[in-house]
Amino acid sequence: MKHLLSTKNLTRDQAIEILDTADRMADVGQQSVKKLPALRGRTVVNLFFEDSTRTRISFETAAKRLSADVINFSAKGSSVSKGESLKDTAQTLMAMEADAVVIRHGASGAPQQLATTGWIDAAVLNAGDGKHEHPTQALLDAMTLREHRSKLAGTATTGTGLDGMHVVIAGDILHSRVARSNMWLLNTLGARVTFVAPPTLLPVGVEHWPARIVFDLDQALAQNPDAVMLLRVQRERMHAAFFPSEAEYARWWGLTPERLAALDAAGATTAIMHPGPMNRGLEISSVAADSPRSTVLRQVANGVSVRMACLYLLLTGDNSAAQVL
Amino acid sequence: MSQDPQQATAVDTGSWLVCQANVLGETVTDLLIVDGVITQMGTELSDENATVIDASHQIALPGLVDIHTHLREPGREDAETVETGTRAAAKGGYTAVFAMANSNPVADTAGVVEQVWGLGRAAGWTQVQPIGAVTVGLEGKNLSEIGAMAESRAQVRVFSDDGKCVHDPLLMRRALEYVKTFDGVVAQHAQEPRLTEDAQMNEGSVSADLGLAGWPAVAEESIIARDVLLAQHVGSRVHICHLSTKGSVELVRWAKQRGIDVTAEVTPHHLLLTDELVRTFDPVFKVNPPLRTDEDVAAVRAAVADGTIDVVGTDHAPHPREDKECEWSCAAMGMTGLETALSVVHHTLVETGAISWRDVARIMSQTPAQIGRLEGQGRPLEVGEPANIVLFDPAAVTTVDPEKHASKGRNSPYKGLTLPGSVRATFFKGHPVVLDGELMRPHPAAR
Ligand SMILES: [Zn+2]
Repeated sequence: MKHLLSTKNLTRDQAIEILDTADRMADVGQQSVKKLPALRGRTVVNLFFEDSTRTRISFETAAKRLSADVINFSAKGSSVSKGESLKDTAQTLMAMEADAVVIRHGASGAPQQLATTGWIDAAVLNAGDGKHEHPTQALLDAMTLREHRSKLAGTATTGTGLDGMHVVIAGDILHSRVARSNMWLLNTLGARVTFVAPPTLLPVGVEHWPARIVFDLDQALAQNPDAVMLLRVQRERMHAAFFPSEAEYARWWGLTPERLAALDAAGATTAIMHPGPMNRGLEISSVAADSPRSTVLRQVANGVSVRMACLYLLLTGDNSAAQVL
Repeated sequence: MSQDPQQATAVDTGSWLVCQANVLGETVTDLLIVDGVITQMGTELSDENATVIDASHQIALPGLVDIHTHLREPGREDAETVETGTRAAAKGGYTAVFAMANSNPVADTAGVVEQVWGLGRAAGWTQVQPIGAVTVGLEGKNLSEIGAMAESRAQVRVFSDDGKCVHDPLLMRRALEYVKTFDGVVAQHAQEPRLTEDAQMNEGSVSADLGLAGWPAVAEESIIARDVLLAQHVGSRVHICHLSTKGSVELVRWAKQRGIDVTAEVTPHHLLLTDELVRTFDPVFKVNPPLRTDEDVAAVRAAVADGTIDVVGTDHAPHPREDKECEWSCAAMGMTGLETALSVVHHTLVETGAISWRDVARIMSQTPAQIGRLEGQGRPLEVGEPANIVLFDPAAVTTVDPEKHASKGRNSPYKGLTLPGSVRATFFKGHPVVLDGELMRPHPAAR
C-alpha cells in the first residue's frame, strides 16, 4: 500500500492490519511516554485546502507521536478555482522532501490526482475529499465498532472484522464522504449497512450500493442495530429545498430523546456514533449525544490511533507491524 | 466573391489524378481533379499534366463537414486559433467546419461572424462557416443580430447559444420562428440549467460513488421534449446538438415519427466513452454533456444506424493545458475531436457493422452540409462536383498521441488508445491540404 485514498479499494486483510496496528498504537497512548521513534527524520505535510481543525490536529498528533516532523500547509485562500495550484502546491511539497502528504480537499478526487499524476512521489493520505471518501474516518469508526463489540462480548479485537454487525447511518448521505467510506469498509469487514435519509439526500444510483435504504428511522432502530451513526446536516441544505424545515428534519431523521428512550426500553446495545462536529438538536439531541451509549469521544481518541497506524504502515512499508511495536 | 475558395472554381489548383480509390467503399475508380472540380471518373484514367496520387486500398468520401466546432478565436487564442483549428480539421478530413458562437466577444453581431469567416478564408485549410449566437452574449435574454448575421458576408444560417441552453421557452419559440425568414435553423444545446447547477458528470451510479454533482439525463431530455413540441407548434426546424442519452434518442425518434422537422447530432466521444472513465478523476474526460453509460452508448449507436441521429458533430473543444491540469471540479469541460472523429466513427459504427461508408458520407458530410445550408459541401463524388474529398486508409492503425495533433488542444480523451484508420489525403476545393497524412500548403486562394 503506497497511498491511502479510499476504503473502496482496501482489502479485508489490509483493513484488519490497519485496525490491529491501531490497537497497538492505542496502547502506546496509554503509556506515560506517548512517543515512538518509528518515523524519526521523516516529514509529514498536512495539506489542508478546507478548514478542519479537528482532523488536522488528529493527524498532527498522530505524526508527532511517531516522532515525524510535521509541516502544516494551509492552502485555503490560495487560488484553487483555476490553474495549477494543486500541481504547484504538490511540487512545492516535493521540494520540501515530504515523505507523506495528508490532504484534505473540497474537490472529490484531488488526493487521487496527487497520487496518480506523477507530480509528487510521496505517500498520499486522503483526509477527506469533496463528497467522495474519508477513509481514516471510516477506519476509526470501524475501530470503535470493534471495541464496542469486544467490550460486550469480552473477546479480543485482534484479527477480527465486523462480521454480522448491523450499522444504521442516518442523515445527509448525498453530500457525505463519511457515509461512502463507511459503507465500503463496513461491507468489506462483514457488517451490514442501513442508510436512513430523506429521499432528497440520497444520491441517484444508490440502488447499486451495498446498503439497505429506508426512509423511516424508527423502523431502522427497531431492529436494535449494533450502532447508529448520525451524520452532520448542513443547515444551508434547507435553503436548497432538500427538506422543508429544521424542525421537521429533527422530528423525522434526528436521534430525539424519544428515540433514545425507545432504544433503552427495547434493551438494545446500540452505540451512538457521530463523526463530529455535532448539530445538537438537529441530527442528534443533547441527551443522545451525552448518553452512555455515545462513542463520540472514543471516536476522537481512536482517530489518533488509526492515523498513527496509517502513517506508520505507509511510511515504513512494514507489513509485519506486530514485530516492531 | 470570385476569389473565395469556398465559392470559386477559377483558381488554379492544378490537376490531380487520384488512382484506385474505393469510392464510398463501393466502387474502385480513378478520379481526375482539375482546378477544383472532379472532371473525370473511371478506370485507368490518365492525364500527363496531373500529379498522380495512389489511393489504392483507401476509402474516398466527400470532404467531411463538422456542424459543431469550437475554434476559440476571437478571445481564447491560447486554446485554439482559426489557423490551428482549421489545420486540425484538414488533418481530420474536414473540408468545412461550423464555428460555434461562444467566442469572446460572442459571435452575436455581423462584425464578429465576418471576422471569423474572414480568418477562415485567410487560413485556407478548410471552409469556416460561422454559427451566430441566438441571444446577445449567450445570456438568454435578448435576440442577437440574427438578420444582420444572416445577410452578412458570412451568410449565417445556423444559430446556437452552444455552451448554454436557450432555456427560456418563449425566447426559444421566437428564435425558431424568426430564422424561418431565411431558412435558418436553431441548434440547441439541451441542458436545463436549474437541474444542472454545478453539475460535474453524468448522474448515476458512478456519480454516487465519486460524490460528484450529477448532470441528469432528464435535464437534456426535458429540453428536447419541449423544443420538438415548439418546433412542431410553429412549423420550424430545430437541430439538437450532441444528443447523449437513450431517452433523448427515444424523444427524437418519436418526434420524427410525428413528422416534426428535427435533426440530431451525436459526438464521437458519446459513441465510444462512458462515465466509468471519470473514476480516474482525469479531467480530460470532463465534457458537457457528460460521458454517459454503456446503455446510452448502445442507444446512440443504434440511433445513428436507424437514422434517428442524423449527423456526427465533433464538439471539438480545445483547452490549454492549465485548464485541464487541476482538480476535476475546477477543470474546463470539453475535449478535442477533429483529428480523431473519422477513426472513432470507423471503430464504433463501421467496424461493428452498424453502418456503411455511404452512411458515413451521409452523417459526416452530406447531412451536416444540408442542415447548415452550406452549398458546395457534402456533395456526391461525381463528375462536375467540387473536389472536396477525403482519402482514408481503413486498415491503418493509429495510436493517438495528442502531442502530434495540429490542434493547440492536447485534451484528447483517446490519448494512448489505438484506433483504426488514418486520413491520408484531404482535397479542399481541388487542392490537397493534406497528403500522405501530413499537412501540405493552404488553398492557393487563401490570402
Ligand atoms: Zn454544447
